[in-house]
Amino acid sequence: MTKVLMSGNDAVVEGAIRAGIDCYFGYPITPQNEIIAGMAARLPGLGRAFLQSESELAAVSMVHGAAAAGKRAMTTSSSPGISLMQEGISYLSGTQLPAVIVNVQRGGPGLGNIAPAQGDYFQATRGGGNGDYHNIVLAPSSVQEMLDYTYEAFDLADQYRIPVMILTDGRLGQMMEPCELRDPYPRKKLVEKPWAVTGAKGRKQHFLCSLHLPPAELAEHNRALQKNYREIERKEARAEAHCTNDAEVVFVAYGACARLCREAGDILREEGLKVGLLRPITLWPFPAKKLQASLKKAKRIVVVEMSAGQLIQDVQLSNVDGLPIEFIGRMGGEAPSIKELVAFGRKLLQKPRRKLASQGKR
Amino acid sequence: MSRIEINPELCKACEVCLAFCPKDCIQQSDTLNRYGVYPMQMKEAAECTGCTLCATMCPDTAITVYRTVVEKAQNQEAST
Amino acid sequence: MTQTEKKVFARTEVLTSQQTHYCPGCGHGIVHRLVAEALDHFGLREKTVCVAPVGCSVLAYKYLAIDMSEAAHGRAPAVATGVKRARPDLFVFTYQGDGDLAAIGTAEIVHAANRGENISVVFVNNAVYGMTGGQMAPTTMLGQKTTTSPAGRNLQSEGSPIKVAEMLSALDAPSYIARVTVDKPAAVRKAKQAILTAFQRQIDGKGFSLVEVLSPCPTYWRMPAAKAMSAIEDTMVKVFPLGVFKDKEAANGNQTA
Repeated sequence: MTKVLMSGNDAVVEGAIRAGIDCYFGYPITPQNEIIAGMAARLPGLGRAFLQSESELAAVSMVHGAAAAGKRAMTTSSSPGISLMQEGISYLSGTQLPAVIVNVQRGGPGLGNIAPAQGDYFQATRGGGNGDYHNIVLAPSSVQEMLDYTYEAFDLADQYRIPVMILTDGRLGQMMEPCELRDPYPRKKLVEKPWAVTGAKGRKQHFLCSLHLPPAELAEHNRALQKNYREIERKEARAEAHCTNDAEVVFVAYGACARLCREAGDILREEGLKVGLLRPITLWPFPAKKLQASLKKAKRIVVVEMSAGQLIQDVQLSNVDGLPIEFIGRMGGEAPSIKELVAFGRKLLQKPRRKLASQGKR
Repeated sequence: MSRIEINPELCKACEVCLAFCPKDCIQQSDTLNRYGVYPMQMKEAAECTGCTLCATMCPDTAITVYRTVVEKAQNQEAST
Repeated sequence: MTQTEKKVFARTEVLTSQQTHYCPGCGHGIVHRLVAEALDHFGLREKTVCVAPVGCSVLAYKYLAIDMSEAAHGRAPAVATGVKRARPDLFVFTYQGDGDLAAIGTAEIVHAANRGENISVVFVNNAVYGMTGGQMAPTTMLGQKTTTSPAGRNLQSEGSPIKVAEMLSALDAPSYIARVTVDKPAAVRKAKQAILTAFQRQIDGKGFSLVEVLSPCPTYWRMPAAKAMSAIEDTMVKVFPLGVFKDKEAANGNQTA
């Protein structure tokens, strides 16, 4: 096992290559340019397809074509580019094509800025494009997870014939951490794709489409999609619970914010305060049951996001027994500080303020 | 005499074939097809030459053309 | 002397037996047949993927018995690029109308052409949006009345029609770009030759080829089918001249079909 210092964006490249990516299509946008450059540097030498497209609209349509042909295809972008891709993501979903899409989020709305943000949560988890659909949304919170989740995303996409989005942000994309290159990965058997368009050799034609003009036919198609989504909700909802067994205050946060909350919670634990963290790993399906299970002793929930409050809606929808839900949000590329989170948690547990030795070090 | 067959279930009676037939061999039938169209058909005793112009222009590829060819005697053909 | 009857014209099996949804006299049916016959000619039925557009021919999969993929409106060249890059051994072509290719899909067609993507494009230009009910297209001619240019297309406010074949011929990469029509039997035969040439370029790995087909839309030109056929020569060809606009093999001194 090798440990290598690498950035989150480079880890995405590594994860995709190890997962057996066949085709990458992308368009430059900050803060994810290391991914497209990494793919350009490595894929051709491996005999796999790399193409810089003319737009994000084209990139996601190229992914559509490669996925339709039965290959493992991926694109990556950042917030404004992902908005453009919503057209294609809706078509991928309606056509039930597997694909991996990485959103290294930046500040918005509009052109916003290039600083890390979590403002695309609704877009990612609610569908984003037209029609009733969901994508599996994975939220890494370390460079290692950038690699591991990207690797796993290809399997999930193939297994459920669904686009899988990695929802991360500029902070995780740019930061460097030691990353284990597990080799070989435990590889599931590749899923057969008998539905692909490969030339109608010795069989009837295949037509991959999202178009179903008769209402009864489209209704049936939608019921099949929803059945798939219910199965995913049952089997794939994932979260990490950190020190929640006896926690009176439970932070709920994903991605980069989860790192801050973990640190803050550990500091408060050192003070003897019962604080834990519930980190959703799948943002869709949202791990409501895992959240409920983490709240056995909870008196308060604190949702922390780099947005105006989006994840908090899923927490509110998770039947949390009327527990008060506090919110700490930052926008525009700012993030809450660990110090601020510690102070907030301490205030909630109504303990007298004490100067902590560990706090000074941070 | 050569002849054409117009598939009555493919024909939409756009009459493009009629416009391009040099021998005026085509007319509209008086029997509705299942789409409620009176499809085109070859006239009885038409002087069709099997030129295929109608079929070439048919937007619905509804026309099959059979050309009658006069061949030389069997034994001559066998020797070629 | 004996008389025998020979079948000299029949449907290729690449065409399904289904009646099309196209209006009576629509040119799509002729172009579908030419495409099907070209696939048959090269024996490509079992190794072809066609990318369908959004527009009147969105249902082309019902009429061509080959593997097909849908694309979002205008994105067919990008989807075809994805298929071809994933499976270079497959024969890949797009079938697109003028709204799809020359308005919403301008970026995709220009860049697929500019990359010399080894795909073929059949571009049906009837100067109007058909599927949505006769609106102005990028190729609508000056003075032509549509539901969104009721007084006729006006140069000052709507600009002139886009000449796709000429525009793409300005790029270095494309191998073959031609404009043909299907308004009379001789023209239909020429159109088939152009489609055969375009397909041959992909088979030979020569890169991007496009055949623009001027095609009648009797419904939204608001005239009988036979008159729409003759209107192509009377009006459309004057705006969109026929011919081969780019032929790299001819430039290289090679024989072309």
